[in-house]
Amino acid sequence: MQGAMEDFLRALRAADVKVSPVEAIDAHLTVAMVGFADRELFKDALCATLAKTADEVDRFDETFETFFARETFQMEPPPQGADGEPEAMPPEVAGSELAQMLLNGDVSALAQAMEAAAERAQVSSIRLSTQRSRLTRKMLEEMGLAEIEQIIAAAKKLEDARSQALVGRLEAGKKALTEEAQRYVDRQHELYASESGKNLREELLARKALNAEGGIDPQDLAMMQALVKKMAKRLADRYSRRRNRARRGHLDVRRTLRRSMAYGGLPFEIVWKTQKVEKPNIVAICDVSKSVAAAAQFLLTFLYSLNEVVDRMEAFAFSGRMISVNDLLDDNKVETAILEVLKKIGFQQTDYGKSLEDFCEQHLDQIDRHTTVIFLGDARSNYADPRIDLFATIQKRCRAMIWLNPEPESYWGQGDSVMHRYERFCHVAKPCNTLAQLERIIEDVLRTYVPH
Amino acid sequence: MSSVDALIEGLAGVGYIASRRIATALYMAVHLQKPILVEGSAGVGKTELALSTAALLGLPLIRMQCYEGLDESKALYEWKYGKQLLYTQILKDRMGAQLADAVDMDAAMDRLHGMGDLFFSEPFLEPRPLMKALQEDDGCVLLIDEIDKSDEAFEAFLLEVLSAYQVSIPELGVLKAKTPPIVFLTSNNVRDLGDALKRRCLHLHIPLPDAALERKIVASRVPGIEAKLTHELVAFVQSLRTLDLRKSPSISETVDWARALILLNAESLDGEVVRDSLNVLLKFEQDIAAVEPQIVELIRRPLV
Repeated sequence: MQGAMEDFLRALRAADVKVSPVEAIDAHLTVAMVGFADRELFKDALCATLAKTADEVDRFDETFETFFARETFQMEPPPQGADGEPEAMPPEVAGSELAQMLLNGDVSALAQAMEAAAERAQVSSIRLSTQRSRLTRKMLEEMGLAEIEQIIAAAKKLEDARSQALVGRLEAGKKALTEEAQRYVDRQHELYASESGKNLREELLARKALNAEGGIDPQDLAMMQALVKKMAKRLADRYSRRRNRARRGHLDVRRTLRRSMAYGGLPFEIVWKTQKVEKPNIVAICDVSKSVAAAAQFLLTFLYSLNEVVDRMEAFAFSGRMISVNDLLDDNKVETAILEVLKKIGFQQTDYGKSLEDFCEQHLDQIDRHTTVIFLGDARSNYADPRIDLFATIQKRCRAMIWLNPEPESYWGQGDSVMHRYERFCHVAKPCNTLAQLERIIEDVLRTYVPH
Repeated sequence: MSSVDALIEGLAGVGYIASRRIATALYMAVHLQKPILVEGSAGVGKTELALSTAALLGLPLIRMQCYEGLDESKALYEWKYGKQLLYTQILKDRMGAQLADAVDMDAAMDRLHGMGDLFFSEPFLEPRPLMKALQEDDGCVLLIDEIDKSDEAFEAFLLEVLSAYQVSIPELGVLKAKTPPIVFLTSNNVRDLGDALKRRCLHLHIPLPDAALERKIVASRVPGIEAKLTHELVAFVQSLRTLDLRKSPSISETVDWARALILLNAESLDGEVVRDSLNVLLKFEQDIAAVEPQIVELIRRPLV
């Protein structure tokens, strides 16, 4: 059983369930305690020791069902003799166990033989989908397929009816066996290797430039949103709480003396200083115009995830004019929220000057010295007045001004880009066009520019 | 505690209807002597599980509510500063008489060292929940409620208690439990717990129950309720959960609602009764507004 358990733990790890050595020991103890007579008890007990979050429980269930699924072979029962007794074995198959099993239709023995062969062929070490056919072949060879092929070849030479019947039955058995082996290997592939492929795709996606030609593949989009959600959760865990940080070791003399009044001047109650943690206060302004069309979706996704992370955030979007999109982000799921924003003001002519005017007229009061302003855009203003003066006003009022530009730095200032003129007023201006970069920058922003 | 089935029955005896998974996890926790981390949305019976286990085993329950800023002086132990101060005062008064006949400084110091030092000793120790739990000689049930509300630092500090059932007090040494307590930690998933903590615990996720289980729970929690009403109200709650609400009603809300319906003398669900008592079930204005127009339709749905 130990070998099987090891394999199972490996499959769990492949499915992204973290199993540490201590937990592996626990799992073995568990099995020793509950035994494996009761499948449900066995499963629940293992689940309690191994899966540690709700997600992991789901993945555990899936892996358990796949791993411990042993479908019975689809095999025709052997033909009955005239008197109801099974037919005697033909003499040719005496040398081959596998052939006997096939002719007997002995499914449990076949299943056992296949397990053993799989172990010898090391099927569970499968990594890539291209290994499947080779491993299937190897497994069948381990089971003794060569013997059957010899018997078939020999029987084909004899041309009497009995040999022909034998050939037919063996061929059918061989076919069933091959299919079964393929299914087995597929299952093993799904257990051990499919996750690694998915992880690779996710990693590539995280590094893919999102304003690349054609934007994001529709099939990648779902995955990207899942990634962004994961990222937002990670950031939220780290930054969303903690309002008061106790700083032990610094005596608050004033409050200690005050408290000591109740005890006749004896300092019974010692009070330590604490630090107030300010809530992050962010104003995010996002360009959704034609020139950033490919990246707009990505920028909005970012806006959305930021909105989930930070308690107090004001979100704005603009192309020609600027509007507040807070309600849209709050009320909708990420896909619909993005569509709604784009429907409202997306893909028009950019006008940075006009948009800044709108902002200064209506929302300037939202910026004070605790606010961090994050600007997302390419700073391509169609040669209109960029209104640097307004930008400077905003910068003077806020705590920090951060500009994330989906274009690489070498494009800044070329054509109608006025990035360099805006850049002078930014505390940070960075290119940002992959998910990996995005996560790093949000973290930096939250750590450095958001008070805590 | 002899088998999972016995455990389910026992828990039912003290009024807790446990699913097989819950009972298995509890069974494992008792036999492997590991703490058990219970997760699930608010009101699915996480805390209740600990209370019921204590009732079933007849053990005292020690409960520690976690909150931001909780530290070891509130969770583990604290020195009784006041008594310590009084002690030094007494010591000072006696000291003069004791040391009066010493010839020189060295002799006085020798005599001082000879006196027992009680300043840091158990009588001056004020045990807090964790230490109390370790001091219970016959074992107890320790409930560490809403661990996710505490700070990361506190979590790290729990590790020693949870893995070895002991605490180190710098001044006194290591204090070890004679009988390890049965430890429940509950979490609402406000933040992710550290891997180190998770690794030391068994994990139990309590999902919202299916209709059959929920009917059993209502019947056990609200004695005297008619089977027909139970059937209807559980079906109604179950269909509410399929809607996209800010806070889906959980078990405790179902039970509260059942009690409210009995108070209102309702024999079966109709639009008016439901509308009047909907605020027991749903806790957000938006949710109530979203559900209200659909009430009649939801009631008419065929019973599951």
